[in-house]
Amino acid sequence: MTVPPNSFRTGPDASGHFGAYGGRFVAETLMPLVLDLERAYEAAKTDPAFHAELNGLLKHYVGRPNPLYYAERLTAHLGGAKIYLKREDLNHTGAHKINNCLGQILLAKRMGKTRLIAETGAGQHGVATATVAARFGYPCVVYMGEVDIERQKPNVFRMNLLGTEVRPVTSGSRTLKDAMNEALRDWVANVHDTFYIIGSAAGPHPYPAMVRDFQCVIGNEIRTQLQELEGRLPDLVIACVGGGSNAIGTFHPFLDDPSVVIHGVEAAGEGVDTPRHAATMTKGTPGVLHGARSYLLQDKDGQILEAHSISAGLDYPGVGPEHSWLRDTARVKYFSATDKEALEAFQVLSKVEGIIPALESAHALAHVMREAPKLGKDEIIVATLSGRGDKDVFSVAVALGVKI
Amino acid sequence: MSRIAARFEELKQQNRAAFVPFITAGDPDGDTTLALLHELPAAGADLIELGVPFSDPMADGPAIQASSQRALKAGMTLTKVLELVRRFRKSDGKTPLVLMGYYNPIHAFGTARFAKEAAAAGVDGLITVDLPPEEDDVLRVPAAAQGLDVVRLATPTTDDARLKVIANGAGGFLYYVSVAGVTGTKSYAEEDVRAAVARMKAAGLPVAVGFGIRTPEQAAAIAGFADAAVVGSAIVTKMAELAAAGAARDSLVKDVLKFCATLADSVHGAARAKVRA
Repeated sequence: MTVPPNSFRTGPDASGHFGAYGGRFVAETLMPLVLDLERAYEAAKTDPAFHAELNGLLKHYVGRPNPLYYAERLTAHLGGAKIYLKREDLNHTGAHKINNCLGQILLAKRMGKTRLIAETGAGQHGVATATVAARFGYPCVVYMGEVDIERQKPNVFRMNLLGTEVRPVTSGSRTLKDAMNEALRDWVANVHDTFYIIGSAAGPHPYPAMVRDFQCVIGNEIRTQLQELEGRLPDLVIACVGGGSNAIGTFHPFLDDPSVVIHGVEAAGEGVDTPRHAATMTKGTPGVLHGARSYLLQDKDGQILEAHSISAGLDYPGVGPEHSWLRDTARVKYFSATDKEALEAFQVLSKVEGIIPALESAHALAHVMREAPKLGKDEIIVATLSGRGDKDVFSVAVALGVKI
Repeated sequence: MSRIAARFEELKQQNRAAFVPFITAGDPDGDTTLALLHELPAAGADLIELGVPFSDPMADGPAIQASSQRALKAGMTLTKVLELVRRFRKSDGKTPLVLMGYYNPIHAFGTARFAKEAAAAGVDGLITVDLPPEEDDVLRVPAAAQGLDVVRLATPTTDDARLKVIANGAGGFLYYVSVAGVTGTKSYAEEDVRAAVARMKAAGLPVAVGFGIRTPEQAAAIAGFADAAVVGSAIVTKMAELAAAGAARDSLVKDVLKFCATLADSVHGAARAKVRA
């Protein structure tokens, strides 16, 4: 057993490691860029002008702070803890992804880059990147797996409307991991002018820390808002984990409050005991992919396995390195929810609260539905509703066997 | 002296550059790879780069991606790659062989165990594309203990300050990536590469140039100023074309060797300025 650290909020170390995880496992061509980005980010972090511009955009363009909503009917329906939902679904573009994209495009501007690239799974990060590209007048290419293009057509069209070129990725499993490979290949080939906006708290250092910092607005607002509403900290905080950016942004501000129990929820697909799931930290082993050491779904020879989830945004065989460290230190407990449980939660929230959640967020809600009845009525659960479900209605209809 | 150092020393005496072919282990199957390994030195290969297939080769272009996929589909693993090297070494004790690939298969194998077994099998060096100097201690330390060279890469984005970081701890030779890009997709401007190679010499190691050399003419031009010319995607593409045309193993091997011999002849016949001692 390792001794718990004095603080869970000081990582990563100077070389970008969270314990045994993280790092900068990239091709040498990219190393000077990654080091440049780290310097630029360190400078921006301590520059009040950077934060002033970012906060202005978060307020006036994104609509922050978004509500911390007391889900009264869901609370009554489950008959246990009081449930609050952090409404990232109400952000401009309909998910938490925009928080990070705005931070990164301001950095791209500071660094004098003139072209943006991104990878996307569900299309939420792609849409957010396309949005900031339009807002700041940048040309943008988004890589998206062919399979994901098929199941997230509305988002592909939205990106096109925003002036972004969506390039279909036909290699490998044609989903998020392959889109990330292709984005990295583009970056290597266009190092002189291109800024890669990574959508999750993953990739080489400094991305995991930087994306986390940009997403911490979620957890920081939860803290303030719950203080106003209830005068205290939550007892349990829940978020879904694919790469893990909404989760780390939700969790990080609470890591050093020992009274706050924190649960991450991975996608169990058809079940963690089948080969078709995306429960990286439940069933995976540590390895190196996409620039960082972290838990991965891989075979015994170190070949990456295909993940599966009904939610394109969670369909990724890796996870951000800080989550791997939080898992090993046991500060955060990671669970999973199946496609079926997520679909159930998707429908419950729609019917009981009049909120159609993203399928990604529905995984967190599925876990809320398991946990809330176990807790007393005076206890408080906060779950992050990372995105809205408009993009998912077609694939949910298919899953439910409904023709629309 | 290691096989790599001995080979570059020998070539320096002859004022020749090295021809370095790259093939992916297991593409399209292990027996073809073994046949090629056995015959490549006679076809003019001075050093062999053997690719270890990985499911997510993010520094490679379409040709080597497809080649890795074929190899994985045919069941190639790191364990089997080492077995191929072991069998190659039964008949060839002299030609240096370098494994090129990504870190995760090595990580899964166990880095220390891998270094030991690779050295025992007769591997001379390791090029691990996603292990930059900041991260390669994990491999360099156990590799050094086994006498294996960890070969580092330099690229068009490498400035003089970065080159110092790369040179400090680099083994065998310096692999200069001629283009900012993935394998086999872009072409370089020869004068840029010539200037870069001159600058890379500051690392104090032989400089090999790769990523983008496709023809005998290009190989000859590179051999005029670099210590080695690496050809990968062009060979791998040739193999894929032959296989797609239905060539049997023997004729495929023969044709690939013929192509390699043409490349080797161009490299070896290249006019070179007298290399300074």
